[in-house]
Amino acid sequence: MKQIDLLIIGGGPAGLAAAAAAYESGCRDMLILEREETLGGILKQCIHNGFGLHTFKEELTGPEYAQRYIDKILEYGIPYQTGAMVIEITPEKTVTCVSREKGLEQFSARAIILAMGCRERPRGSLGTPGWRCAGVYTAGTAQKFVNLQGLMPGKRVVILGSGDIGLIMARRMTFSGAEVLGCVELMPYSAGLKRNIVQCLDDFDIPLYLSHTVIDIEGKERLSGVTIAKVDGDLKPIPGTEIHFDCDTLLLSVGLIPENELSEMAGVKLSPATSGAIVDDRLMTSVEGIFSCGNVLHVHDLVDFVSQESARAGENAAAYLEGRLDICAQRIPVVAGSGVNALVPQYISQSANCPTTIMFRPRAVRKNAVVRVCVGDEELLRKKYRVLAPGEMVTMTLPADFMQRQAAQAQGAEVLVEVLE
Amino acid sequence: MTRELTCIGCPMGCRISAEIQDGKIIKIEGNSCNVGKKYAEEELSCPKRMVTALVQVQGAREPLCVKTREPIEKRLIFDCLRELEKVSVVRPVHIGQIVLKNVCGTGVDVVATREYD
Ligand SMILES: Cc1cc2nc3c(=O)[nH]c(=O)nc-3n(C[C@H](O)[C@H](O)[C@H](O)COP(=O)(O)OP(=O)(O)OC[C@H]3O[C@@H](n4cnc5c(N)ncnc54)[C@H](O)[C@@H]3O)c2cc1C
Ligand code: SF4
Repeated sequence: MKQIDLLIIGGGPAGLAAAAAAYESGCRDMLILEREETLGGILKQCIHNGFGLHTFKEELTGPEYAQRYIDKILEYGIPYQTGAMVIEITPEKTVTCVSREKGLEQFSARAIILAMGCRERPRGSLGTPGWRCAGVYTAGTAQKFVNLQGLMPGKRVVILGSGDIGLIMARRMTFSGAEVLGCVELMPYSAGLKRNIVQCLDDFDIPLYLSHTVIDIEGKERLSGVTIAKVDGDLKPIPGTEIHFDCDTLLLSVGLIPENELSEMAGVKLSPATSGAIVDDRLMTSVEGIFSCGNVLHVHDLVDFVSQESARAGENAAAYLEGRLDICAQRIPVVAGSGVNALVPQYISQSANCPTTIMFRPRAVRKNAVVRVCVGDEELLRKKYRVLAPGEMVTMTLPADFMQRQAAQAQGAEVLVEVLE
Repeated sequence: MTRELTCIGCPMGCRISAEIQDGKIIKIEGNSCNVGKKYAEEELSCPKRMVTALVQVQGAREPLCVKTREPIEKRLIFDCLRELEKVSVVRPVHIGQIVLKNVCGTGVDVVATREYD
């Protein structure tokens, strides 16, 4: 068994940014384990532009953005192993990994950063009717076929779900010569970024059917058509509103699920709201020395925020390794009040003395809303938003000194985040 | 005539409505900042888009991903894609390498967006 200070599981943008930051903070004994043949994660297949506006002040494509971080890893000489799949992590931080090159390997790590990303919700979890015919793909799988392998999944396409991957694929399939008949969304609003609605659907006159769902999938061997219908307030299909499409392909873009099987093996407690680990402001999970960041922690819309968050995980892991992280500090809970969902982090440690970032998703679309953060009865922050939508994550930065305030020191103190009308 | 559009300048996605008379914009409403005003003016006069696409690589099935170095006129998107269909590059290709010069006479080059060995 190899002894190592820091193991990073996953070589996507999260793992890369965490590794670079850990190196910059002084860590030298580390290794990135990535199951695919190259570094870069999901960005390799995201060939569209729209990455890095926040970080690099220029609009990059996914592969270009990833390359910036890969170059850093190479420049620092940070070791990585590709084609290496981690299959087990124990609470004692023993990590088992398999690769074609080295077979089964075991590491004993002093700290671990979990950066495994997420996977797409498959058809099975949706309960759609009809035969299990060919022609039904998740949008990300189709993206991989088209962008990485040069294969076209079909010619006449309907997209279920208006998440960003679905929107991006509507445009890509159109560019590649397919006809996209429509994008069908169950909710009365889209889960995707405005920009993608405009540039991927509106630009090509692809209709967006809000408050609609697929009620029938036809075809035995290969998909031959789908029927959609409007839904009522309880999301039940309304008879008489059916629309039928002849199509050979249905793409599903119905959400992402953080990949936390390994985290659970390691004894990391998960949050039902995010499906990711419960962490404190330093991104440490419930297991000491195990950190989590990026899409495995909570689903992000923007890779820039993934990189920022992961860099903090890297810095903190390095600090932990040097004994600079006060792990005995009291932690106060961060509580999701009305209108707030998928809040991260769930705890803030009392020793926090740098600005703490809180992220969450609004529960519903709200116009002219106010987000308020309180500790006890003291208001820490109040911010006005003209629009809040579940599709767009809200980031709030708490003042650096707030933990020193009296209300934060009180017994049973908690930070409450809420959306006010 | 009134035209409705969604500003993409930031996640706010303001709904902007513009009053147009004789091809001139006479009023813009709904934007919360100047970015929105500029966006509406450009969208209504000469909308532009960055185009990302795939081109063939000689002797390989895996395509190479490329982009226009700058946004080009939206109405030229499909012409641009058609020109790129005729392109077939020789390996290795480096990030930023020009794959097609002056696409559709726009003065904009198409460049590779990944390393391809
Ligand atoms: C289709 C799509 C479009 C997007 N569009 C945009 C956009 O326009 N703008 C934007 O800013 N963001 C966009 N994003 C979001 C951004 O790409 C993600 O937020 C980001 O890639 C998440 O990074 P990550 O490192 O957490 O996860 P990933 O990129 O998924 O990386 C995780 C890595 O971990 C590896 N891994 C997992 N399990 C194991 C294991 N057991 N052992 C070893 N390795 C493992 C995986 O192989 C993968 O390489 C998009 C995302 C998708 C999917
Ligand atoms: S007008 Fe300004 S605030 Fe509104 S979406 Fe555009 S950039 Fe954002």
